[in-house]
Amino acid sequence: MADKNTLKFTPEHEWLDISGTVATIGITDYAAEKLGDVVFVELPKVGSSIQSGKVVGEIESTKSVGELFAPVDGTVTEANGAVTDRPELVNEDPFGAGWMIKVEVADASVFDSLDLLDFAAYTALVGE
Amino acid sequence: MPDNTAPDHPDAERPTSERLSPLHQIHVDHGASFTDFAGWQMPVSYGSDLAEHHAVRNAAGIFDISHMAEISVTGPDAAAFLDYALAGRMSSLALMQAKYSLLLDERAGILDDLIVYHNAPGEYLVVANAGNHDVAVNELTSRASGFDAIVTDRSDSTSLIAVQGPRALEILEATAGLAVMDGLQSFADLKYYWSTGATFGNGTVFVARTGYTGEDGFELYVDTADAEALWRALEEAGTPFGLIPAGLASRDTLRLEAGMPLYGHELGRDIRPAQAGLGRVVHFTKEGDFVGRAAAEAGLPDGSRMLVGLVSDGRRAGRAGYAVVHGGTPVGEVTSGALSPTLGYPIAMAYVDAAYVEPGTVLDLDIRGTMVPATVTALPFYKREKN
Repeated sequence: MADKNTLKFTPEHEWLDISGTVATIGITDYAAEKLGDVVFVELPKVGSSIQSGKVVGEIESTKSVGELFAPVDGTVTEANGAVTDRPELVNEDPFGAGWMIKVEVADASVFDSLDLLDFAAYTALVGE
Repeated sequence: MPDNTAPDHPDAERPTSERLSPLHQIHVDHGASFTDFAGWQMPVSYGSDLAEHHAVRNAAGIFDISHMAEISVTGPDAAAFLDYALAGRMSSLALMQAKYSLLLDERAGILDDLIVYHNAPGEYLVVANAGNHDVAVNELTSRASGFDAIVTDRSDSTSLIAVQGPRALEILEATAGLAVMDGLQSFADLKYYWSTGATFGNGTVFVARTGYTGEDGFELYVDTADAEALWRALEEAGTPFGLIPAGLASRDTLRLEAGMPLYGHELGRDIRPAQAGLGRVVHFTKEGDFVGRAAAEAGLPDGSRMLVGLVSDGRRAGRAGYAVVHGGTPVGEVTSGALSPTLGYPIAMAYVDAAYVEPGTVLDLDIRGTMVPATVTALPFYKREKN
């Protein structure tokens, strides 16, 4: 499980673990709890280009449907097959085994240009 | 992730008044997450709605449904008044018997669905949906004019706890301090839709074999002052049987599998009883008028859509508001849907044009732009095995 203090967050309740030009992306524990038990996850194909702000996946619980938004422009380099096989990983380990996709950007500086929150700011946002 | 996770509800847009259940602290202690439901902060789940769902199917769950509205009707004309005010024949209820009924408007639109208990001579308890509390109280009060009957809103002083699941009977029998009153039916002898009275501590509890899960189970009406003690006693007795607290999310999937309608989804002012498969609830054979009778007798207008069940393959469920399509043309709309935790495939209830109601008819669900085949099926989706 990633150290939350090293992660970046979006107001759409996604987290990014940034390493060089690649970000691992998932949804937060807050989002997972709000959704309830996740029963279906659909992720973009490896190699596909994604555009910031566009819906690239679906996270469906028994009671509702959430969307995975691309937080950045880039190319999908990995999609977590474990989480599509076992959607409950999203609830069990949202910051670890429940990760969704890895995205590569053209240049590491792209991440600096995003309006991302640190853990303290995200915690304040969700009021916990 | 949009925060669209609150259950759909007609009152969802209403500014939340954040009313708390008398059992709120228990839910907090259990780590519940909460949702606004008709202005109440109610537990949506205590960690895993799926685990809660399965517990009710396989063992038992305990639900706080204290947000429901309890309205007492008393007086010499109570039965005659209810015959007029509601679509069913309440005067035929034996003492301690219960009946599912409908509050209709003059157009035979459904204002609420409710349960009526005949809990003493000349005394009835009407249980209405939290979201329709005001409508039910106001309609019953105004319809009582001319009858020797008194309508009293007892919602604040009454709490409601449901114990549902195959172990529910054993749990009630094992609950410390809960004892059926002399001369009344034991929990074991109680038939579905019958009720009895019990003592608990210094107070009394009205116990009905009713529920909203498709399992055996009981609903316990208790003075709000005693609610917390009763919950704790039931939970203590139930834990060895596998009972766990269950929230509104599992309640919704349980009732959906059981094909039970939810007001604001399958039922509403624009829905007539026959469309919802509730024609049997409307008693045309009863003497005298009742509100909505003329409109209901006139039959459904041409083009009225009918409620059906839909099952599909895969894991993506149709959701409330999604279109039901035939040959590219919209022929209906989903009112409730989920991946059925018990059955393992997606189920939905939908209103469709009358031409497509035959079981076996294959339609498409428009699931966010993808057409997913779905087959019309008879309700309910799930029926428990009777022992």
